[in-house]
Amino acid sequence: MTYNIDDKGYYGEFGGAYIPEMLYPNVEELRLNYLKIMAEPSFKKEFDQLLKDYVGRPSPLYFAKRLSEKYSTKIYLKREDLNHTGAHKINNTIGQILVAQRLGKTRIIAETGAGQHGVATATVCALMGLECIVYMGEIDIARQAPNVARMKMLGTKVRPALSGSRTLKDATNEAIRDWINNPLDTHYIIGSVVGPHPYPDMVARFQSVVSEEIQWQLKEKENTTKPDYVIACVGGGSNAAGAFYHYLDDTDVKLIAVEAAGKGIHSGESAATSVLGREGIIHGSKTLLMQTSDGQITEPYSISAGLDYPGVGPMHAHLYKSGRAEFMSITDNEAMIAGLELSQLEGIIPAIETSHSLAIFEKKKFTADDIVIINLSGRGDKDLQNYIDYFKL
Amino acid sequence: MNRINQKLTEDKKLLSIYFSAGYPSLHDTVSIIENLEKCGVDMIEIGLPFSDPLADGPTIQASSTQALKNGMTSEILFDQLKGIRNTVSIPLIIMGYFNPMLQYGVEAFCKKCQEIGIDGLIIPDLPVDVYNEQYKTTFEKYDLINVFLITPQTSVERIRFIDSISNGFIYMVSSASVTGSSSGFGDEQTAYFKRIADMNLKNQQIVGFGISNNNTFSQATQYAKGAIIGSAFIKHLSDKPIHKIDEFVLSINN
Repeated sequence: MTYNIDDKGYYGEFGGAYIPEMLYPNVEELRLNYLKIMAEPSFKKEFDQLLKDYVGRPSPLYFAKRLSEKYSTKIYLKREDLNHTGAHKINNTIGQILVAQRLGKTRIIAETGAGQHGVATATVCALMGLECIVYMGEIDIARQAPNVARMKMLGTKVRPALSGSRTLKDATNEAIRDWINNPLDTHYIIGSVVGPHPYPDMVARFQSVVSEEIQWQLKEKENTTKPDYVIACVGGGSNAAGAFYHYLDDTDVKLIAVEAAGKGIHSGESAATSVLGREGIIHGSKTLLMQTSDGQITEPYSISAGLDYPGVGPMHAHLYKSGRAEFMSITDNEAMIAGLELSQLEGIIPAIETSHSLAIFEKKKFTADDIVIINLSGRGDKDLQNYIDYFKL
Repeated sequence: MNRINQKLTEDKKLLSIYFSAGYPSLHDTVSIIENLEKCGVDMIEIGLPFSDPLADGPTIQASSTQALKNGMTSEILFDQLKGIRNTVSIPLIIMGYFNPMLQYGVEAFCKKCQEIGIDGLIIPDLPVDVYNEQYKTTFEKYDLINVFLITPQTSVERIRFIDSISNGFIYMVSSASVTGSSSGFGDEQTAYFKRIADMNLKNQQIVGFGISNNNTFSQATQYAKGAIIGSAFIKHLSDKPIHKIDEFVLSINN
């Protein structure tokens, strides 16, 4: 039994490519080529070099001493927040831009919610000299002004998604429409392990550098490649996919996915897809998603713009349904408190997304010799105003 | 014989109209259909609205969003249509995205369609291979024709495969675009229409996307059996009352 993808593009019953015929040639071109391209020695060399010299990998695996003391367990933080552009997102955009170049694409499009993936895409497009258009919900553009400014500084055009709820899911719709209208010269860099096959697998592979590093870093520190727990927050699920990847089939390692409960799971303002979602189709993938009884996709809510996606990637839907990963949900308030706590115990200000995974120490007990790894997916600079306002600091 | 197949034997170019059920008002569905038939429209695609219509442009998406705000659901649409065959005899197709059908239950959805007298379905995001492996027998059990799309980028082999599993017509998307985005056809599209016509497929083709007036209708049907108008008709509906539908149809069929 494997928890990874099968040769038809499914994780168990989830995944596939539920796309209109207009997208078929683009997605098929990618499906036929992505593994071949990723296996080329010249690709690997360039990818590894950029991750090292440009992104700043390997990211440290840091033993959080004071946090560990407080919760009487051994907590390691995988410092993806120290990557260039401040989050794990760039691991994927570096990989995809190299794929796009090898497919001969000259124009890049992307969707973004909080703007982290948009910035990571704008960055690699500047690096490679490719035209870049990022779709962002009109409401998110207003909420995330610093990231909009960064994208503009990097030479990217930020186009507002004006339809629907004018947030991440609508930005994704607009990016998909752009791809339908520009099938030949354009590559769509999806930012999470969502979308039609092969995207969930391709993005997971690019993010898998996270768990690959954890294995050897932990070996150095604890003389084992296996932690007891790997914990990551899940919106679409790309940082979790990367942190889980090399442990998927090793059931000695327990996996915990942390979703955003928003104002409470049953408050009507939540993004806890595993609890509130049902099986269905979103953005070309069969997975769990929040929807009405009639099959209309509903709007999620979280204080964190990176977690308010109404679905999860198909890998996570499978991990949930099979019981391989434990899914927990954390409210806005619990996350904010955990973010403040990490800042003041360890001197690390986490992104609010990441604060959700840190909050589980208040909810779940670990033993003194458990090795617990938290994927510290992003830094909190973008969220400072939010924290300040929340705590009236 | 399925009404779609019957209609395709007629010696004329077919005008098919798409609209979003529940737009402009929730209960306009039946009267729009009756008016369209009265004006001589050959076939109707009834759009089942969806919150996230990936293949549609702004006009159709806006009408879907409004229809959902008006309260449209699969159940309500079926309820509105239950007596439709007492007054309407042209082929009726439901066009919608897969998720609402999946939530209703694909078999239950098909069964309901047959009870009402729906002749076919167009589901842009139900992939050909998934349909072929999982749903074909269900559709056939309820005498529903599933209509597939092809585009200028669809390979010859794939067109042949789609032709082999189709039993009505092929929905030929005029250009690489979402709905409502073209303003007239150029040489490239004409060449594509001709290229497909020259393949001598067993299924006739009906062109959709980018047809908005008499001129584009004539261009599209030079080689194809018919054409579908969506966005332009929805614009008309948002400007003019339902009893003025004849003005629109006459402007295409003059």
